[in-house]
Amino acid sequence: MMDFQIVVLWSDVLVWLLLAAGIGLAALIAGNPPLLAAWRRIGANRVGMAAATVLLVFVAIGFLDSLHYRAALPGEPGAQKQYAVTVLSLLDALAGPLRTENEKTYSAPFATRLYAKETLEVPGLGTVREFPRLQHGGKHLGDDETVAADAGLTALRYAILAGLIWLALAVGVALAEDRRRRTEDSQLPAAKPPQIDSPLSSVLRPLNRLWRGETAFAWNAVLLTLLALLLVALPLFGLSGQYHVFGTDKIGQDVFYQTLKSVRVALIIGLVTTLVTLPLAVLLGIAAGFFRGWVDDLIQYLYTVLNSIPGVLLIAAAVLMIQVLIDTHQEWFATAAERADLRLLALCFILGITGWTSLCRLLRGETLKLRELEYIQAATAFGASSWRIIRRHILPNLMHLIIISLVMDFSGLVLAEAVLSYIGIGVDPTMTSFGTMINNARMELGREPVVWWSLTAAFAAMFTLVLAANLFADAVRDGFDPRTL
Amino acid sequence: MPADNALLSVIDLRLAFRAGKATLTAVDGVSFAIDRGETFALLGESGCGKSVTAQGILRLLPPAGRVLGGAVTFAGEPLLALPETAMRNWRGGRLAMIFQEPATSLNPVLTVGRQIGETLERHHGLTGEAARQRMSELLRQVGIADPERRLGEYPFQLSGGMKQRVMIAITLAGEPELLIADEPTTALDVTVQAQILDLLSGLQAARGMAILLITHDLGVVARMAQRIGVMYAGELVEVAGRQAFFAQPRHPYTQALFAALPDGRQNGQLATLPGQAPSLAAMPPGCRFADRCAAVMPLCREQSPDWREAAAGHWLRCHLKAPLPSWERGWGEGERPLPPSSADLHPLPQPLSHQGRGESGSPPLLEVAALKVHFPIRQGILRRAVGQVRAVDGVSLAILPGRTLALVGESGCGKTTVGKALLQLIPPTAGSVRLAGDELVGLAGRQLRAARRQMQMVFQDPFASLDPRQRVGEIISEGMSALRRDVAAVDRQAVIAALLRQVGLPVEAAERFPHEFSGGQRQRIAIARALAVQPQLLICDEPTSALDLSVQAQILNLLKQLQDELGIAYLFITHNFAVVRYLAHEVAVMYLGRIVEQGAAADVLQRPRHPYTQALLSAVPEPRLDHGGQRIRLPGETPSPAKPPGGCHFHPRCPRAAAKCREEYPEATAVAARHRVACHYPLEN
Repeated sequence: MMDFQIVVLWSDVLVWLLLAAGIGLAALIAGNPPLLAAWRRIGANRVGMAAATVLLVFVAIGFLDSLHYRAALPGEPGAQKQYAVTVLSLLDALAGPLRTENEKTYSAPFATRLYAKETLEVPGLGTVREFPRLQHGGKHLGDDETVAADAGLTALRYAILAGLIWLALAVGVALAEDRRRRTEDSQLPAAKPPQIDSPLSSVLRPLNRLWRGETAFAWNAVLLTLLALLLVALPLFGLSGQYHVFGTDKIGQDVFYQTLKSVRVALIIGLVTTLVTLPLAVLLGIAAGFFRGWVDDLIQYLYTVLNSIPGVLLIAAAVLMIQVLIDTHQEWFATAAERADLRLLALCFILGITGWTSLCRLLRGETLKLRELEYIQAATAFGASSWRIIRRHILPNLMHLIIISLVMDFSGLVLAEAVLSYIGIGVDPTMTSFGTMINNARMELGREPVVWWSLTAAFAAMFTLVLAANLFADAVRDGFDPRTL
Repeated sequence: MPADNALLSVIDLRLAFRAGKATLTAVDGVSFAIDRGETFALLGESGCGKSVTAQGILRLLPPAGRVLGGAVTFAGEPLLALPETAMRNWRGGRLAMIFQEPATSLNPVLTVGRQIGETLERHHGLTGEAARQRMSELLRQVGIADPERRLGEYPFQLSGGMKQRVMIAITLAGEPELLIADEPTTALDVTVQAQILDLLSGLQAARGMAILLITHDLGVVARMAQRIGVMYAGELVEVAGRQAFFAQPRHPYTQALFAALPDGRQNGQLATLPGQAPSLAAMPPGCRFADRCAAVMPLCREQSPDWREAAAGHWLRCHLKAPLPSWERGWGEGERPLPPSSADLHPLPQPLSHQGRGESGSPPLLEVAALKVHFPIRQGILRRAVGQVRAVDGVSLAILPGRTLALVGESGCGKTTVGKALLQLIPPTAGSVRLAGDELVGLAGRQLRAARRQMQMVFQDPFASLDPRQRVGEIISEGMSALRRDVAAVDRQAVIAALLRQVGLPVEAAERFPHEFSGGQRQRIAIARALAVQPQLLICDEPTSALDLSVQAQILNLLKQLQDELGIAYLFITHNFAVVRYLAHEVAVMYLGRIVEQGAAADVLQRPRHPYTQALLSAVPEPRLDHGGQRIRLPGETPSPAKPPGGCHFHPRCPRAAAKCREEYPEATAVAARHRVACHYPLEN
């Protein structure tokens, strides 16, 4: 049993707080029928639920990567325990060899040899220039075995496993859904006598019902997405122990591992930034629209000025200042991870400071419209205080706008991180993110033969994440669209 | 029924809307015919399918709309069978349509000339100078002065009545043989409505054009129509000629509509229709009116009545063989609010004794003196005030406890602003508002809150005045939690239940959301919300103008009953004289921010002394045939309150204006006891 010390990074705290907030929000929604109805509509949206399934997988990876610890170093018994300087996460522990089994430099996906020739001393042959064998990738293979046959067989085994797991899931969901339907039916006054089914049809009938989309929740879309995800993820998982499935980068790190690690950064940028944006945008937007007068003028001037400064310049200046602060106060940080973490949070903060204006303007306009409505005037006539009117009447009627814009902003922020890291003002260089992966890979596009896998892996992962977020945002917008309310 | 020589004949038209997987039939088997030069009115309440019928004839149904069956023949041509390209030659050409809202039926970024020219070019190939001359001619025909200049103007430069005239000019450009007018005057003031109706009948006489008039207003029908079709829940229930329709309506629904009309003749309650029209998704198998019908028979619930000719030219969809002799009684028993028991009334003030209430001796509950509300017009970077909109410009009035004062005027005269300024929702610029002797202007914070408990408001639009995201119980308790700290939270549920019963809603309504209720029910909720703080004065801002006739009667009954029980005084802001006649004790007529005539309701309505009041009264279309008398038509429309005319505000439109009227504003003078008129030359009795 390895000893360890739990490390709580600030970003971890925020991530788990966000989870708690999400659960709290869900509880609130459950008590509010119009909101619940809107989410039910989203739940019935096939594309939206497929996207949500993909997003959930990303979020799960992000959460696994947000539980940090430091392993104890092996030491003399009785001596004071020393802990490693590297901060690891649960994801690192699960990924195990992916993190440690580094090659010397570039190797292509599923390669057994490096991507560059080296001068080797071969006993009996003298110095030879050839592609050396990788230290880890495919080392279990004998000389006469081909990668395709071995990897194909492994992939097939895991694909079959994936199919079996999925089938079990589908049957489980179908039966649970069927039981729920029956209990609901039996509560109706005109309950039909329960049908007696043969064991086979009692499974097939609910499955068929599920497949034809006769459930309130879009289970067929979720299950199909799960099948696709399992068919991709399980073979990847199985193969990644033996091969570098996405290849290795310049210093020999596994690109698959880097891709997994980047997910957390993308999620934090996308979610934590909204924590900064939201209070600013909501408070200032409602205040400007509701109180009008000089409050409105002041807030409008503020966001007009902020908007007229080129955003990238402002972010670059702020990030450089933070970097100087970090560099001059090394004593604040026990580990490099904490340092990188602070810079990540600073980046979120700066993106939030520059990003609240559009939502603020939207909410101001809507509040201007709402405050003239008669139910607000009726509340004023009852002597309700401004704060009470804002809380009880204005905020609930703005909720749909806030939710829609939050989900839509997420994908924009993930892309913004990539761009900022690419131009060198994003996350700490020691931290793996989609932006740094792209940045590192860009020079290699010019070499011959081209190193394409780093870029492709980052692109594919980010594309999937952003596409899923956008599709989900569409579903949310449709669900909350006032025309359908 | 459709005659072979008819211009338009609609046979068994069935239209529906797709909603998800369901098909909701909105128009179910409608048949009628219109002859050349005839005005046929389709009358019905909102949602009965009258507009959908018009859209179906022109094949302008929204994307979800479907034609399920039937035939539409126009001048021998089956319209429903035509391909879309051929249909375009008919629309705007021999068949034209004008819409309810003139403000949105014109394109705001095109000049008037371009919009008329479009039709001329499309249907007559006219361009250039020829088109221009034709446009000027058309504008002159619809009564627009200086047409050459108007052709180059944009819709925002025109008033509402002018826009509707332009819209009519556009339809005339296609030389239509049939004009479909979908509520053409509903969005207009009565004096402008009278102008537009005159224009339409004049044009009809000159051109021999047929008109399909879609309306919910029996007065407009009486003024315009030669034959009338009544629609209910997607079916035509009665078609009759003008004489037969007004003299002896046969269908119980038509009879109920007449009975629900408020006027001065009823002493007690208005007849109302219980319940509401069935929804499209749940049409009863039998007669669709059965659930609300006073003369319902078992047969009605089983079998849908046939469309039969009850008398020559009088078609009917009803099982009743003989017309109901009397329909004055028997309506509305189910809809009347339960008589509240004394326990229910516990949180509400004890009714005042009937003696002494509203007698001239008692001190007024509300006294308003020289109230002014001016809105600055700001321009430029520094937002300097360059002028004033004098929305309310020196209004004085008084309301006695338990009495109703009706504030009457056309849109833009400042009557709603008066209501809001009384409640201090808009800070008055000058003047004094005294409620039970206490000055309200300038109050703030706790004192204002205490004063607001005495005075509440019911708004015009029941769909905008209730927060869609709160339960009805929360809506009603809002005022209590802010103003009535004395009611403990435990007691609130009981108070809410009592209030709901009092306004005639089930107690379970407290747990539901506003969108689950119809317009009339929502207005009941709004009234309950206002009553929750036990006000002595209720300001009702056109509370029935967004409602259908039968629902309007229910709300008016409720208001009258509440006044009898609780002794609440009303300030009733309205433009509807029928409502004034029914409800008001006193009337004040407003024009451009000032009261021009004020007095007891009987005096003002029977013997108006101000020319404006007289014109206003005569412009109201009466839902009767015997409305003879001379009609007074006002030229033009209400000027902008930012630039009121000098002297008497009314002189540019006044038939009696003299030199003195152009120079000085007349002081209000008493022409009789408690009857004051602001006119230099008041009319004689």
